[in-house]
Amino acid sequence: MIDRMMDRRGLDNFDLRFLGLIGAILGLGVLSIYSVTHDQGGPGLPFFAKQMVWILLGAVAFLVMLIWDYHRIARLAYPAYAIILILLAVVLFEGKTSRGAQRWIPIGPFAFQPSEFAKLVLILVMAHYYSKAPRVGWLQRVVIPGALMLPGLLLILKQPDLGSGLSFMAVYAAMLLMVGMRSQALGVILLFSLMLFPFAWEVMWGSLHDYQRQRIMAFVDPNYDPGGKGYHALQSRIAIGAGELTGKGLYGGTQSQLKFLPEGHTDFVFSVFAEEWGFLGVLVLLLLFVALIWLSLEIATRAKDELGALLAVGVISMLCFCVVVNIGMTAGMFPIVGIPLPLMSYGGSATIMTMASLGLLLNVKRRRLSLFY
Amino acid sequence: MSTSRLYDSELGELQRRLVVLRVGLLLVVALLALRLWHLQIREGPYYRDLSENNRTRSVILEPARGLIYDRNGVLLANNVPSFSLYVSLEDVKDREALIEQLSELIGIDAELVRKKLAVRGAKQLPRKIKDRLTLKEATLIESHRLDLPGVMVQVESRRNYLGGVAASHVLGYVGEVSAEQLDKPEFAELHQGSIVGQYGVEKFFDQNVRGMAGQKSIEVDALGHEKRTVQVEQPHAGDDLYLTIDARLQKVAEDLLGQESGAIVALDPTKGDILAMASRPAFDPNVLSRELTPKQWVEIVQDEGRPLNNRASQGQYPPGSTFKVMMAAAALESKTVTPASTVFCNGGYQFGRRVYHDWKATGHGSVDLRKALIHSCDVYFYTVGQRMGIDTMASFAHQFGLGEETGVELPSERIGIVPSTEWKQRVKREPWLPGETISAAIGQGYVTVTPLQMASLIGTVANDGVTYRPRLVRAIMDRTTGQLQELAPVPKTKLNVKPETLKLIREALAGVVTEGTGGRAKSSIVTIGGKTGTAQTAALRTGPEKDIPKKFRDHAWFVAFAPVDNPKIAVAVLAEHMGHGGSAAAPLAKEVIETFVKVSAKSGGTADVSLTQSQAAHAGVR
Repeated sequence: MIDRMMDRRGLDNFDLRFLGLIGAILGLGVLSIYSVTHDQGGPGLPFFAKQMVWILLGAVAFLVMLIWDYHRIARLAYPAYAIILILLAVVLFEGKTSRGAQRWIPIGPFAFQPSEFAKLVLILVMAHYYSKAPRVGWLQRVVIPGALMLPGLLLILKQPDLGSGLSFMAVYAAMLLMVGMRSQALGVILLFSLMLFPFAWEVMWGSLHDYQRQRIMAFVDPNYDPGGKGYHALQSRIAIGAGELTGKGLYGGTQSQLKFLPEGHTDFVFSVFAEEWGFLGVLVLLLLFVALIWLSLEIATRAKDELGALLAVGVISMLCFCVVVNIGMTAGMFPIVGIPLPLMSYGGSATIMTMASLGLLLNVKRRRLSLFY
Repeated sequence: MSTSRLYDSELGELQRRLVVLRVGLLLVVALLALRLWHLQIREGPYYRDLSENNRTRSVILEPARGLIYDRNGVLLANNVPSFSLYVSLEDVKDREALIEQLSELIGIDAELVRKKLAVRGAKQLPRKIKDRLTLKEATLIESHRLDLPGVMVQVESRRNYLGGVAASHVLGYVGEVSAEQLDKPEFAELHQGSIVGQYGVEKFFDQNVRGMAGQKSIEVDALGHEKRTVQVEQPHAGDDLYLTIDARLQKVAEDLLGQESGAIVALDPTKGDILAMASRPAFDPNVLSRELTPKQWVEIVQDEGRPLNNRASQGQYPPGSTFKVMMAAAALESKTVTPASTVFCNGGYQFGRRVYHDWKATGHGSVDLRKALIHSCDVYFYTVGQRMGIDTMASFAHQFGLGEETGVELPSERIGIVPSTEWKQRVKREPWLPGETISAAIGQGYVTVTPLQMASLIGTVANDGVTYRPRLVRAIMDRTTGQLQELAPVPKTKLNVKPETLKLIREALAGVVTEGTGGRAKSSIVTIGGKTGTAQTAALRTGPEKDIPKKFRDHAWFVAFAPVDNPKIAVAVLAEHMGHGGSAAAPLAKEVIETFVKVSAKSGGTADVSLTQSQAAHAGVR
């Protein structure tokens, strides 16, 4: 059919900017990972090299998600969700344990993290559902999609992986707000309160005693901070703050170089970046993210059909959520939950999944012109 | 058309709502930027400091204590390398777990560690937990470094006394500064784990010997392991001491006492230099400078022989007949007697209803002052003492330095007792009894002295009435300037006694050795003047000496000087529970004096040996 033809023209200006932003953020990520881990020995490839392998695989995933018509991809949503649910169940029984949580399925020398891919699959499922379902009444708008999401969420929380679970809920909530709610006012209020949640949380969280926080955190995520007593949070704040205006320079971040800040190459890669490049570097990074999301919003706004718009909204909300919560937690505005910084944190599953999502976004954009023959 | 109108409006509605996402995104990112501005710009310097503190640690570099030499440059105390265990509190997350690990690894007492970690002080400074780790312990800890964050093994110097027990009371020992000491101003610059002198010269000259600690700033990683050195402030070694002690004489004096309790003090009366100061039983300062368990400590303190007691400066004994040296001077100067006046001794002195016996039951017949000293006639001095009265006696005794500090550079010197009417009223709250004057006249009753006081007294007599403050340190080698600073002798007092009186007494004391009670001190190589003394310890004794249990036997005294016409050495010997001074103490004094004469002849006079340039230079090299 004509309207499903691929736009065969070459990359336009928009595409180049989009790809450029992704490449820039990925590059900063690799640089930070290299800075933290360059003097770490150990068998196999160094972290930054492995991350580059992940980026290459991510590029393949990006192309795959770009080449296939997103309508065809969306049709695979339910089977894909079934597979993911099975994998999540497998993780619980067979998974590799790290930091007390079972999140990984070992594949040869690598570990595959199904919960990351579950996010993308959830976006597909939600978009597919909303674009097909008649959406009349609470049941179809809220309850059924909620029920669709629930098994995945429960399996993820069981690992436990609070970060992925929260991202899962954020995707659901964002898409619900975009299409599920009739009342604009309610939607706006909900959305704002969602976005203001970190600050409300900080006030509430700040009023608690340390031991109360520890109990709460021990309840929701018992193994995230085994050294305990807010050590990670404090070291991360110190790292960011010590960056001051211009930063300590590449390799100059003593917090991460001397291992005061744990997980410098994964969840706390932002702190490493902030320590070494300072407030100016941080502003640049934030601008890169905002620009990327801005372009994504552009795609959503100009999507030719609802499925495309919904997919775009799903990817955008997931990206936004991860960026905001990750930076918020490293800056001490939010309790520490295991959410990686998209495109920057070291990790194969997250990098590949994020790049695949972005490929899907570009897919939506590239096909919108075909509507007009 | 696959798109209905309704469908279009749904899409349009959705896309209009995206505005909310745009606004929300900008708002949240602005808030993030605000937060980061707050952290990095407003509080940036604060966090920068925190990150600096995170990565830098201070390590104390303990100074090497100054070396201690004898008067001729013979090394008595030096330093040898040793491993010390430090814990940096900042890096310890779980103190109890660490203590448990340490006690498992090297069997260290958990309670002790807890106490040491609790001592006040800056948090950044590591605490010293144990010194003198064995090589095995140090290796064990180093090999478990990864499991022991904050634990460091440092090489430091520790005190080593080459002679073991030799001169232990003079040298003293060192130990960690105690928590109570740290609160005092003189220890203000010290810190937990600092080594300070706790006894003897080590304590008295601690300010000179201790040196100045340095500090090293190191960069550490999150486990507290040293990555590189940021800054070093080198420690300054302490100054070296050159004692007045002659190690050869000291050894002879100590060997003479052997297993017996007692003290021997030999000094140069013309300068006050203490050439030998032996006290037995002794302790090994190498043992005491170690960390002792409470049990070991109690054992040493409660030892019946009281080895920690420096009998030379802290032992207080009745002087017995050695007191008569002072009494003779007092009698002549107070014009109680003339050299020619005599007293008839029939073996006893009747006072009131009591008879005071002479040591010789048959009596000495008619005695003048000279004969009274030579034969140690008690009745003569009973008479003289009774005539002059206790307060005259006391004032002369004080002139001779009894009941006064000699001023020797040792901590906790004792002064003995010189009784007087005022003293008894003050201390005993009773009036003086006339009979007590009679006992005091022969150095019994309330009178007590230290061997050091007696050495100083006989030295004063030998040195024409001039008393030099007895001293133990003749020179200090300043480490920072490399200058050897000779200390000038300090003349303390000049007796208000006519020279001919002292000359008469000296001649009489020479007679004691040649023809009197001190015959056992007679030497073939030098003329010796001296006075015997036998200090009673129990009031009533019956039967021959050998039947009396040792702890009730008399103390034997002998005070001496030599050569008689130009005295260069004064000696006081006290042998506890050894019986008569003439038989038990006089030979010892003779031996010390003869040794002195021999070593002086060999090295051209021990009292006057200057440190050669090579010795001083050698001292500069550690």
